[in-house]
Amino acid sequence: MKLSALILAATTAATAAITAQAEPVKVGMITTLSGGGASLGLAIRDGFMLAVKQAGNPDLEIIIEDDQRKPDLAVQLADKMIQSAKVDVLTGIVWSNLAMAVVPSATAQGKFYLSPNAGPSLLAGKGCHENYFNVAWQNDNLHEAAGAYANTAGFSNTFILAPNYPAGHDALAGFKRTHEGEVAGELFTKLGQTDYASELAQIRASGADSVFFFLPGGMGISFLKQFADSGIETPLVGPAFSFDQDILQAVGDAAMGVHNTSQWNKDLDNPANMAFVEAFQAEYGRLPSLIASQGYDTANLLLSAMDKADVKDADSFREALRAADFTSVRGDFAFGANQHPVQDIYVREVIKEGDVYTNKTVGVALTDHADAYVGECKM
Amino acid sequence: MSLLLFVEQLLNGLQFGMTLFLTAAGLTLVFGVMGLINLAHGSLFMVGAFAAAAVSAATGSFLLAMAASIAAAAAAGALVEVVVIRRLYRRDHLDQVLATFALIMIFSEATRWLFGSFPLYLNIPTYLSGPVTLPGGIEYPLYRLTIIAVGLLIAIGLFLLISRTRLGIQIRAGESDREMIAALGIDISKLYTIVFALGAALAGLAGAMIGAIQSVQVGMGEPVLILAFVVIVIGGIGSIKGVLIGSILVGMTNTMGGVLLPAFLRLFMENSAATAAGSALATMLIYILMALVLIVKPTGLYGART
Repeated sequence: MKLSALILAATTAATAAITAQAEPVKVGMITTLSGGGASLGLAIRDGFMLAVKQAGNPDLEIIIEDDQRKPDLAVQLADKMIQSAKVDVLTGIVWSNLAMAVVPSATAQGKFYLSPNAGPSLLAGKGCHENYFNVAWQNDNLHEAAGAYANTAGFSNTFILAPNYPAGHDALAGFKRTHEGEVAGELFTKLGQTDYASELAQIRASGADSVFFFLPGGMGISFLKQFADSGIETPLVGPAFSFDQDILQAVGDAAMGVHNTSQWNKDLDNPANMAFVEAFQAEYGRLPSLIASQGYDTANLLLSAMDKADVKDADSFREALRAADFTSVRGDFAFGANQHPVQDIYVREVIKEGDVYTNKTVGVALTDHADAYVGECKM
Repeated sequence: MSLLLFVEQLLNGLQFGMTLFLTAAGLTLVFGVMGLINLAHGSLFMVGAFAAAAVSAATGSFLLAMAASIAAAAAAGALVEVVVIRRLYRRDHLDQVLATFALIMIFSEATRWLFGSFPLYLNIPTYLSGPVTLPGGIEYPLYRLTIIAVGLLIAIGLFLLISRTRLGIQIRAGESDREMIAALGIDISKLYTIVFALGAALAGLAGAMIGAIQSVQVGMGEPVLILAFVVIVIGGIGSIKGVLIGSILVGMTNTMGGVLLPAFLRLFMENSAATAAGSALATMLIYILMALVLIVKPTGLYGART
């Protein structure tokens, strides 16, 4: 079956079985496929389904639903998947607020949850759970790496800004945790803000030698274009989210040369990654993004556990997941005690390859980095 | 805060007000003349931005892209008026809200189907990019000055259109008494199609101009809509002058509030707490402004009707 047909079948008929084998592993994917955040959900889905297609495992059944970035809808979908479709594993959520609404109740009902993106601090610390695994990062990680990079780049007086919502607060806290220099100014912008004229005036007036920003999605596109147009020449640094493959083309020249932090890049030199980049391009006709690589790794983690244990035997399946016995496209991968990744985080630089804007790995920001909340997790 | 920074922030407030005016002007025409609550105004804003991005990618010309945004949004507006909106004039506001809300979804998914889910590239042309130095040494982006200028030109143009032309007379007459102007032999349905297309064209131009310094993506029109309605309610429904004054008031309040409140709180609070509290308060300011205006003048600053 062609992948596009497979996805179509999965999305249109929510409960349609893709394979007919007895006792398959049922996976419920709740992700954002419509509205402003759809590009992220699509990337997770495409990465995940590519791995599923490559494995060709007939015992895997996937149900995909669109949460429209609404927490209430995500909760409804999760209830439906758990109660009527009787899924064994849930995955797919992009946003931390949706994850907070879905994950605790799903894991409490004995379901496994594999996070391909969101990593709120509560779920890494006090609210950790033996059935919750994060395959991407804890929310603070890439910001901590940005702080570490700012140290090595010699930035001593940094202006920092992020949207005024929990992940934005985590971002600034994460940056400050590792950054040793002064903070020239600190700003919270409105979530969804599109005009940054006033923030840019304050950056110019602050005399900062660098700017750290966390503005995911469309906010980052707006900020970068307006920053470039303002004539401010301070170096920028940020997490990969505003520089991911899927949005970089919309930013264009304004992003050139900016350093950003990521646990993955398309040029990471390992065979699994090269095969992934090639297969993704062949399948979808575009370069994979960071978030697509996370979807791909999530599926491969699940497939590796399925090879070792039966999902109905929760204890041995959990052990199999914890072993993380799969080849991650980011290179070495292991889970820490709170089942969040311990991994290297790289520094990338935005470059242009032909007509395409993309990232080049230029260094390592943090090696074998775990998160700051692992000590609070009593599992 | 230095005087220079203060003046620059005032300019930013004015500029933000002008972007609001561009988006709200079309909405107030439709709302004021036709009495129609058009939630899909933000979708027409998006149509303009996408048309501009597509034409700019194909031809590389910014002016052609702006022209395309006006044409595409006006065409989409006229089509929507004839097919859907026309059936809603006699219905109450709830039906209008429901139908135009449905239009938002149709426009969003149709745009996604045509252009995909990933944001598009639209940038300002080189001859408008970069900062210029204003008297006093303020470095200010040329494109933002262009937005202020275009906003003022449109305000003057609309004012002349409403007060000096035959179409303007018909629009004003339609505003005060629909049955009467129909009885005088004016084709009211044609008039409404023209007004709706004009409102749509303004939204489309706003989408393209603002899209060039923001992100062109599905759903970009919805956040704009809420502020546009706030502006209209403050300025008074149907009044071009009201929208202009309302936009500048909201723009100034939003920008200066966002700058001054956290700075004020920092005098007696710890820095990050002051930033968080100040930003949260600043978000509320424009709604407080709206409430105050409505308490003093329930019809808005220049509105005749509630």
